[in-house]
Amino acid sequence: MTTSLSFSDVSVGDELPPLDVPLTASIIVGGALASRDYTPVHHDRAAANAAGMGDVFMNILTTNGYVGRYVTDWAGTDAQIKGLAIKLGTPNLPGDTMKMRGKVTEAGADGTVVVEVVGKNSWGNHVEGTVTVALPVGG
Amino acid sequence: MPLTPDQKKELEAQMQEYVGKPISEPTPGRDVVNEPMIRQWCDAMGDTNPAYLDPDAAKSSVHGDLVAPPTMLQAWTMEGFSMHEGYDEPRNNEHRLHKLLTEHGYTSVVATNTEQGYTRYLKPGDTVTAETFIDEISEEKATALGIGYFINTRTKFTDQDGEEVGWLTFRVLKFIPQQQPQQADASDTPASSAPARIAAPRGHDNSAWWAEVDAGKIPIQTCNQCGELFHPPRPMCGKCGAMDMGYVTSSGKGTIHTFTVIHHPQFPGYDFPILAVLVDLEEGTRLMSNMVDCKPEDLHVGMAVQGSVEEGEDGMKLPVFRRAG
Repeated sequence: MTTSLSFSDVSVGDELPPLDVPLTASIIVGGALASRDYTPVHHDRAAANAAGMGDVFMNILTTNGYVGRYVTDWAGTDAQIKGLAIKLGTPNLPGDTMKMRGKVTEAGADGTVVVEVVGKNSWGNHVEGTVTVALPVGG
Repeated sequence: MPLTPDQKKELEAQMQEYVGKPISEPTPGRDVVNEPMIRQWCDAMGDTNPAYLDPDAAKSSVHGDLVAPPTMLQAWTMEGFSMHEGYDEPRNNEHRLHKLLTEHGYTSVVATNTEQGYTRYLKPGDTVTAETFIDEISEEKATALGIGYFINTRTKFTDQDGEEVGWLTFRVLKFIPQQQPQQADASDTPASSAPARIAAPRGHDNSAWWAEVDAGKIPIQTCNQCGELFHPPRPMCGKCGAMDMGYVTSSGKGTIHTFTVIHHPQFPGYDFPILAVLVDLEEGTRLMSNMVDCKPEDLHVGMAVQGSVEEGEDGMKLPVFRRAG
């Protein structure tokens, strides 16, 4: 990835390239441990079962990481994420796929762009929210 | 055992004592911002952004140097391995609050929302300190997961100079799980077998109609005595009273009488939005079904459509409509 989007490249309504994340226990456990979240339901299936879930499920920090990655995969190295707001819905479980889709919903004159992101699995929306990102203005 | 109203009142009063209080003294991260943790994070998230991984590329970027993914903010001050011990021996006020709820039957916890702001990107060598307050506790709510309380916390993150580097709000649901705890069993069916569409119920009156659809036809019920057409199927002709009913096959040609675009609620197993159309078939009668290969904004009343029977990935055969021509 050597290219970066400039603010002038982006318009409201632009869609981000789709990203399908095949969910495995390794991704779920790997994400939990990389975010230092050792809550047992994210790495121990017996604990997840005891909490009423069929298997280990993705922690919110990993979801957050994927949302950030999805936006910078599109926007490039010179993008600066200013903030995000996400809401979790259906859990991400091994064997499923999270289909990430995004769309530009706002573009302010100062180079700030708001991207609406949805990550959907077979049960519905795992995550929906917005990411605010600053893009380089001008050459 | 559900709580009595008095017990619930007592619990809620105890919970409210935590609101507005810090969960502990400000907590410094166990490690400074460092490259190994950044690389491990990027591996797990499949993130290849050179700003996080390649010092040379990072130097020539807007960041000027290697930086940490901003979404990692919270990870720098997470408690880590001891979190697996749970809250039996609480180590801070948040644990005490969770333990209080657990003891009253609200045993499960799930994160539902986070909002985060990043004042600046963190660089390797930065020290991060978190100060978390319990902001708000909701009244008891019934949710899809079970009955519980939403707990909002707010965290401010500062660096080695005491400057704010970011903040977040975090909302969890502490709830009574609807499912009873199960024994872990390796022979369980896969946890996430995808939910399927609901098959149309077939009864005495309509199973013959569906049998025609299974054979690839779009059927219309007809009275074998007077020739009147009906939909949906019924046992007796509403015109002549005969009970001798049969089926003719529609050409599938028709026009949209009316339609609706269904965005919510999003039931599992269906692709949204659903384009539900009511079609005037050229032979007569109206048929409700799905419009496919059409954008919601292109749908209009009077649009000429062509129907055909198609089999979904789930093996279900349904008549669907497309724009004609």
